[in-house]
Amino acid sequence: MKNSDIDLKKIEDFSNSLKKIILDMAFEAGSSSSHFGGALSIVDILSVLFSHKMNQKKLGDKEYDKRDRFILSKGHACLAYYAALNKIGLISDKELNSFEKDNSNLAGHPVKNENLGIDFSNGSLGMGLSLGIGLAIASKKRKKNFNVYVVLGDGECNEGSVWEAALAAPKFQLDNLFVIIDKNNFQQTGSNKEILDLGDLQKKWESFGWNTDAVDGHNIKKIKNYFDTKKDNLKPNILIANTIKGKGFDFSENNNEWHHSVMTKSIYEKGLKQIK
Amino acid sequence: MDLNQKQIKLFSTIGPRASFGLYALELLKKNKDLMILTCDVSTSAGLDRFRKQHPENYIDLGISEQNLIGVATGLAREKYKVITTTFAPFQTIRCCEQIKVNLGYMKEKITMVGLASGLVLGNLGYTHTCIEDVGILRSIPNLTIISPADSFETIKAIEKSLTHNETCYIRLTGGSNNPIVYKEDYDFHIGKSIKLADGKDVKIFSCGASVSLALKVNERLANENIKSSVINMHTIKPIDEEAILREATNSKLIVTIEEHNIIGGLGSAVSEVLSKIKNSPKAIKFGINDQYSKSGSYKFLKDHYGLTDEKIVNEIKKNYE
Repeated sequence: MKNSDIDLKKIEDFSNSLKKIILDMAFEAGSSSSHFGGALSIVDILSVLFSHKMNQKKLGDKEYDKRDRFILSKGHACLAYYAALNKIGLISDKELNSFEKDNSNLAGHPVKNENLGIDFSNGSLGMGLSLGIGLAIASKKRKKNFNVYVVLGDGECNEGSVWEAALAAPKFQLDNLFVIIDKNNFQQTGSNKEILDLGDLQKKWESFGWNTDAVDGHNIKKIKNYFDTKKDNLKPNILIANTIKGKGFDFSENNNEWHHSVMTKSIYEKGLKQIK
Repeated sequence: MDLNQKQIKLFSTIGPRASFGLYALELLKKNKDLMILTCDVSTSAGLDRFRKQHPENYIDLGISEQNLIGVATGLAREKYKVITTTFAPFQTIRCCEQIKVNLGYMKEKITMVGLASGLVLGNLGYTHTCIEDVGILRSIPNLTIISPADSFETIKAIEKSLTHNETCYIRLTGGSNNPIVYKEDYDFHIGKSIKLADGKDVKIFSCGASVSLALKVNERLANENIKSSVINMHTIKPIDEEAILREATNSKLIVTIEEHNIIGGLGSAVSEVLSKIKNSPKAIKFGINDQYSKSGSYKFLKDHYGLTDEKIVNEIKKNYE
């Protein structure tokens, strides 16, 4: 096996583990339910970032302040985030089991907790990109050379504050800023088209002065290639990841009922059989 | 803070906004990590010289206040000392949720300077006056709210805020010809009120540009043989509970004066403390009586809302007897 194939296999395995953890957590959450669909649509993106691309450190590690930064602006997809942090050893299995329980560190939206690797609280949509701009400016000014990765939802792009930030980032020549839009075409109560049509997202961001690309958000090889290819200008970067909400399970793929739903025992058992 | 008498006099004559801009140059000498972020208001904030001389420490985000707080938070997270500034309504209410989540909930620490709060921009209408900021921000945990009495206190508050343990909102009120309260240097501590006049019967708590008004009220009351204290409650949150409880003991009337809605501001904060006292003295609030009136000059609006020494004294006398 070539080295590049080994890398891909590693990311794929990571992605499959995440799906299992997400399924388990959704089941554990019981009647309080969870944002299942939007977590699964970002699993492959997060797998490339967390198992391959990002330079990660634990609080207290040497050069902790040079680690890459990650912001889950679409905070409701925290199941995927918690699962990734568990896989890289920052969130313990025990902690993971506390998801959405009383007095837990792992609420239904991420709460800042540096010990667990969560840099920011998110959940109110449209705020993450501005945070990322602040970090990316600091990285450049302090010459720390870390990158900033921000995951936005497509529905989240309804928020005006996203576009305030989109307009601002090119001014600061933030080529160290990487935004990934999880374009799963759905939001809480319907499709993007029904609720608020986003039009051609890629053209919009391009006209704002960003490097734009689009990719199949479940093709790990292509996502990996995108992040491994260096751009040669000073523009911030955005990747439109065409994804499938609820990806990985036949009952949830493109089924918006799984935006936030209860995982029953029978569905859970069905899901277990579908994990590779 | 090393300020000479000449500087103190200068700050007192140019108003809080220009003083802030001028003193920012001094702050940068002591704080190399200072970053000042604005939303297209460098001139209004007196920051034109700072912007020209220190482009590396100055970021203009354009007219986008939500983004302002987000970017400021990111920089603060990377250990910059960040001051944000724009007109008070846009510095607070326009980006309220960013303030709640980033600064309250996440406890990231910056200094927000709200320009021209209160009634001073009354001729521009109620989009630009700001009578709600304290009430709204007071309900967000982990924020400190300061309303300096004059230009000199503005400088002191901003300097202290940079080493304070949580985000400070510094609310600037009054115009460039604000009456001077402090002519000499004095000790300023966030959260600790300052008694400016001592009298046993009526206790007047005020903040911001209303402090000089309270001092005039004190003089007029003295002419009517009513003894009053004036307490500068420059910090509205956390409120100096100890001072309020101390002053309330054996006093006949509590008075609050502020350029803010009487709901949610200093008057409410003082009343919340008084409610802990059995048989608390009566408290009356002077401020904006929960309404948006027709617009008008600063002087016109203060008169409209009864915020003149004459009107306040008359009202106090009615309640005192």
